[in-house]
Amino acid sequence: MSQRAEIEAWFKKMEEFADEMKRSVGIPAIIDPRTGSTMWYDQRELKIRYLLSIDRIKKFFEALGEGKILATKCKKTGRILFPPQVDCPGDPKDEVEWVEIPNEGELITWTIINIKPYSFSHYEDYIVGIARMRNNVNVLSWVRCRDPSKLKPGMKVKLVIVKREPEGHLVYELEPVE
Amino acid sequence: MARRVAIVGTGHSRFGVRYDVSIPELAFEAIREAVNEAGIGFDDIELVVVGNAGGWSSEPLPAIVVNEYAGLSGKATLRVEAACSTGSAAIKTARDAIASGDADIALAIGVEKMNESPTPTVVEFIGRAGNYFWEFENFGLTFPGYYALYATSYMFQYGAREEDFCSVAVKNHYYASMNPKAHFPRKISLEDCMRSRYVAWPIKLLDSSPITDGAAAVILASEEIAYKITDSPVWIEAIGAASDTSNISKRTTFTSLEAARLAAQRAYKKSGLDSESIVKNLDLAEVHDCFTIAEIMAYEDLGFVKRGEGYKLAREGQTYIGGLIPVNLSGGLKAKGHPIGATGVSMAVDITRQLLGRVEKGRQAEIRHGRGLAHNIGGTGHYAYVTIYSLSKPRGD
Repeated sequence: MSQRAEIEAWFKKMEEFADEMKRSVGIPAIIDPRTGSTMWYDQRELKIRYLLSIDRIKKFFEALGEGKILATKCKKTGRILFPPQVDCPGDPKDEVEWVEIPNEGELITWTIINIKPYSFSHYEDYIVGIARMRNNVNVLSWVRCRDPSKLKPGMKVKLVIVKREPEGHLVYELEPVE
Repeated sequence: MARRVAIVGTGHSRFGVRYDVSIPELAFEAIREAVNEAGIGFDDIELVVVGNAGGWSSEPLPAIVVNEYAGLSGKATLRVEAACSTGSAAIKTARDAIASGDADIALAIGVEKMNESPTPTVVEFIGRAGNYFWEFENFGLTFPGYYALYATSYMFQYGAREEDFCSVAVKNHYYASMNPKAHFPRKISLEDCMRSRYVAWPIKLLDSSPITDGAAAVILASEEIAYKITDSPVWIEAIGAASDTSNISKRTTFTSLEAARLAAQRAYKKSGLDSESIVKNLDLAEVHDCFTIAEIMAYEDLGFVKRGEGYKLAREGQTYIGGLIPVNLSGGLKAKGHPIGATGVSMAVDITRQLLGRVEKGRQAEIRHGRGLAHNIGGTGHYAYVTIYSLSKPRGD
């Protein structure tokens, strides 16, 4: 059973218990089997989905569709900013320009996410890593690799654009070169 | 000149899965104990600072709810948030109000009820604590995942092993076994830890602090009032605070927390302590062991040992009583539990009671210098607070 299925089954069990309690004692009570504590099963469910502004950094997402991954660069200091931002930190007078991130880099560190957040519980275990790209900018993303035991700090990786399924949107990932 | 501030009363709820209490009931367990210990009335409190991270719990205005329940409505109040270092931020806020002369007596209370939401929801909430759009939205990091990025880097750079991490868990469970307020007051073996399943490789379940409900409270008072209330005040000698980037990818190293190093340096400078020989001035430390790797990095970030040698302290058992410096005699976040907003206050409560020789036999440190240190990290090194508590009245500014 996937983590998502396990979680859904657990919620269903709670709800059924609360429904049964409503029928028998009139309130949606949940009794903790371990401590015997009584809880009220919340009858209000809050659905949260944010609308995140990407208008100012639209270029980044347009470029993804053209096969490029962009960062911004402060014109005065030459500092490269990734994730891209349109204002230069610490300098109100500096301006940014868009630059391409070189797609080669070296892996710094990684982990395998075994216990997933609810909204990621439909995926198999996934690897998240950080790489330092050739322009010294770090990128964090999933690492496309079947055998994580082969990963080593310093190993060559390239940045690739892939379609994330089942959602079906573009995203960047790191891929070992060897 | 800033006024000196002391802890004059402490309170601590039982930590654990507290399905038996609501948020204000849980907070009141700690508030009642702290007020009784200080021997003051509720009317004497001028400011209430409530530390609560929230999200997983139902009350969006916890300060207001807690104050009404406790009979503190009408007081000046606010809720503060600095992720997992929320409790230390609450203490600093209350300390600053007294130091500035704005209040004479303040209550800092940390309370968290994480188990109001099911575990997958809590995992989601903590995973989002970093940079939501660039690190969570598409890559689904979890809190152990973030610390695992440090653990991987640390292991490869210094040759530490998963057994070294687990030895921290064994120590902290050992001391928690003597702390009746702990979430897991029981010992574990190295094998138990090594056999536990991975939650975010190389971090295992028993490397991790649990999802805990709990509350802790301190009453703070100005020097003049403190001496009227008690003959054993515990002084806040210095607080060093610092922060770091929201995107973990922007950090320059993954073997150390820059914010923790900065906070420690600032605290040592303010207290006038020599950072090179800091362990010689401390009787104990409570450090932020949300994961075992975090305690090992703390040894180094606080200057107990050189960079890259923290795991050796753990391996050699140097942070038990009788070693170089006893660390997490409360059981730490790992085994005492980590109710996010309460943790920093819980550290203050336990260090105060340690310095006064009041904790359970077997986990009582030998008090020679009269000084203890709390290292409280918010997020994955996003916030850092290092607070030094002392039996001796601190030097003036």
